[in-house]
Amino acid sequence: MRTRPGRSRLRFRSALIVTTAGVLAAACTAGGGGASGPAAAPGADQAVTVQVWSNFSDRELGIVKEALDKYHGKHTNITIDNQGSQDDDKITQSIRSGNPPDVAISFTTDNIGQFASSGAWQDLKPYIERDKYDLDDIPKAVLDYTEFNGNRVALPMLADVYGLYYNKDLLTAAGLSAPPKTTAELLDYAKKLTVKNPDGSIQVAGFLPQMGFYAFKPQIVGTMFNAQWVDKDGKSSLGKDQGWKDMFTWQKELVDFYGWDNLQKFTAGLGQEYSADNGFHAGKVAMAIDGEYRTAFLADQTPGLNYGTATLPTSKPENHGGGYTTGTIIGIPKGAKNPGAAWDLIKYLTSDTDALVGLANGLHNVPSTKTSLSSPDLKLGDNFKPFLDAFANKNLTSNPASTIGDQYLKIVSDFGVSWQTGTVPDLGKGLADLDKQIDDAKALGK
Amino acid sequence: MTTTLPTLAAEPATTRPALVKRRGGVRGRNRRWVILFLAPWAVGMAVFFVYPLLATVYFSFTNYNGLDTADFVGLRNFVYLFTGDPVVRTAAYNTLWLVVVLTVLRVAFGLGVASVLARVTTGNSLLRTLCYLPSLVPPVAATLTFVFVFNPGTGPVNSVLGWFGIDGPLWFNDPSLSKPALTLLTLWGSGEIMIIILAAILDVPKDLYEAAQLDGAGPVMQFRKITLPTIAPVLLFGVVNSVIFALQYFTQAIVAGSVASGSADMVGNSQIMGYPNNSTLTFPVWLYQQGFRAYHMGYASAMAVVLFIVSFAFTAILIRQLRAGDSEEARS
Repeated sequence: MRTRPGRSRLRFRSALIVTTAGVLAAACTAGGGGASGPAAAPGADQAVTVQVWSNFSDRELGIVKEALDKYHGKHTNITIDNQGSQDDDKITQSIRSGNPPDVAISFTTDNIGQFASSGAWQDLKPYIERDKYDLDDIPKAVLDYTEFNGNRVALPMLADVYGLYYNKDLLTAAGLSAPPKTTAELLDYAKKLTVKNPDGSIQVAGFLPQMGFYAFKPQIVGTMFNAQWVDKDGKSSLGKDQGWKDMFTWQKELVDFYGWDNLQKFTAGLGQEYSADNGFHAGKVAMAIDGEYRTAFLADQTPGLNYGTATLPTSKPENHGGGYTTGTIIGIPKGAKNPGAAWDLIKYLTSDTDALVGLANGLHNVPSTKTSLSSPDLKLGDNFKPFLDAFANKNLTSNPASTIGDQYLKIVSDFGVSWQTGTVPDLGKGLADLDKQIDDAKALGK
Repeated sequence: MTTTLPTLAAEPATTRPALVKRRGGVRGRNRRWVILFLAPWAVGMAVFFVYPLLATVYFSFTNYNGLDTADFVGLRNFVYLFTGDPVVRTAAYNTLWLVVVLTVLRVAFGLGVASVLARVTTGNSLLRTLCYLPSLVPPVAATLTFVFVFNPGTGPVNSVLGWFGIDGPLWFNDPSLSKPALTLLTLWGSGEIMIIILAAILDVPKDLYEAAQLDGAGPVMQFRKITLPTIAPVLLFGVVNSVIFALQYFTQAIVAGSVASGSADMVGNSQIMGYPNNSTLTFPVWLYQQGFRAYHMGYASAMAVVLFIVSFAFTAILIRQLRAGDSEEARS
């Protein structure tokens, strides 16, 4: 029987509309949902594949694989699908599309505020309470950067601690026997260690004070002055906090010592931060702030450099010994297919001393529990010790999590650039303006 | 002899509807085939253009972080855009600067090079290829190369300037020179515009030039009175293309900023976006930062809507100007 043309056309159009709507719906729908309670770990006879996403690659991904293989050896029913080169953007997209990994590992703590407040990462508190996970074994600063407003959606899987690196040969040549402990000493050392060419250009810089260059970032340098980001109400407090004024004043004094143009020209000629041409590697910078991971880069790229490490100098002696910390975080995204198995793996990677020590030795990061710090199996060298000591110190601090990612850091960093170039006439007013900018940006997302 | 030849007019009236119906059936079948063949494009257009456009407009009126549900907030994002965000003014200025300078120089440079190439008779194929080649270099690779070449401390440009006793500038590390340096990079890679204009110049009828020569017109007069009016539509295309290119300027700005800052492998780090001193922070870069780093997807959508309106307005004005010019020419 032949179909009447009119009806056929109608059906065709209907089919086209339905197909298009289906495609659009598929494109627009974010699937998945979070678990409401703690999911049980799979039974020993239940075969499960857990997908793990991280931004590790190449050699580092191999180190993570070793730890995951050890876990698989203990739980043969759980197979791990270890995917590297997955940054936060990709993790976020996967959550939005309803097809996330079971375990997400992020290199940055910047997005924890949004992951927690939006429910993009699952609340781990029910799991922690059920399994009596020992949070007391993790330093307070580290607990702070893995939660937001009391909502614990992540745990630390290794940490980065920032300290002072110094070139021993250059210090000795300048008659300096020990690294500086205070910011006043650091300023003095920086001037003494600086060598200028006959034309006034910089040959060797004692210490680089340019905001945003290498690790000279407000969240790291701010800790040296005990600078506080927010007040008790959670409002930005840069304008009211003396620490920030002290930090920027100190920084400007050193910038003026070099001369802005002189400094800019010198740093432009230095190599990239993670290349073998890094200014500290090349002996062009005598002292530098950097993370503990720099020890691995130095061992690999410049093994002959005679250097030492120390905890960050501070403006007040009572704040000395700690420093700035951040690190890799791990959690379960909303919509994960195997949350029970995911939690079991997370528990292993964040609290098992052997796992943490193995990862720390391989990745040259600080193991993130107090117990693992004293493990005799840690083989990270003498220059690593100050970072372990700082991690255990009560003065260890981090920057607060925020719903606007790292935008507040950019706002302060931008201000620092303007300040160091001399375009900010009133420091106090400038910092107060920053508070308004930061609070306005936060309010935009409420 | 009586004629027996069949004609349409002589056909019985009853056969006509059948013929019409048969023709309608063929037409209907053809239409279905046309729709079927167009369907992939239509679906692509709907999914990748119409839906995102409508969704962007919708999200621009919401508080949306890209992860949670979107809450309607009226014009709040637009109010913040025009009155509350201090950085967006810098970003808009940088983009406007690029729109004006890049558009003028890109088209002028393309026209200049094309005019020279059109006159070259020996080795013209090689020259055209050489001039076009830079546009094939991926933007990231080209930007990395330029930042290296213009490195104030170790780059060959300042080394050469030093031979002549000139203290080379800071280029990508100087807030006042970073955009001109990006302009140089863009001009170096503007082979596409150049080749399109060259094709248009070569397409101008030769007899027009011969007639002008007979009338005593020199090369400049010929260029002004023959070449320019004839290739005006192509130049307009070049202008529209360059305006949109500048409005969407992103990759080169973000790569140049991150490499010059010394943190080439930290492109996603917001603190180095716009280095130095936000001088390379273009409107699209700030839009990206807001949407994907600060989780202000609603606000980023509002920025995208404004960018779309501005792009559309620029294009409409330019096309209207051309049409007005054409009409005037036709009247005269």
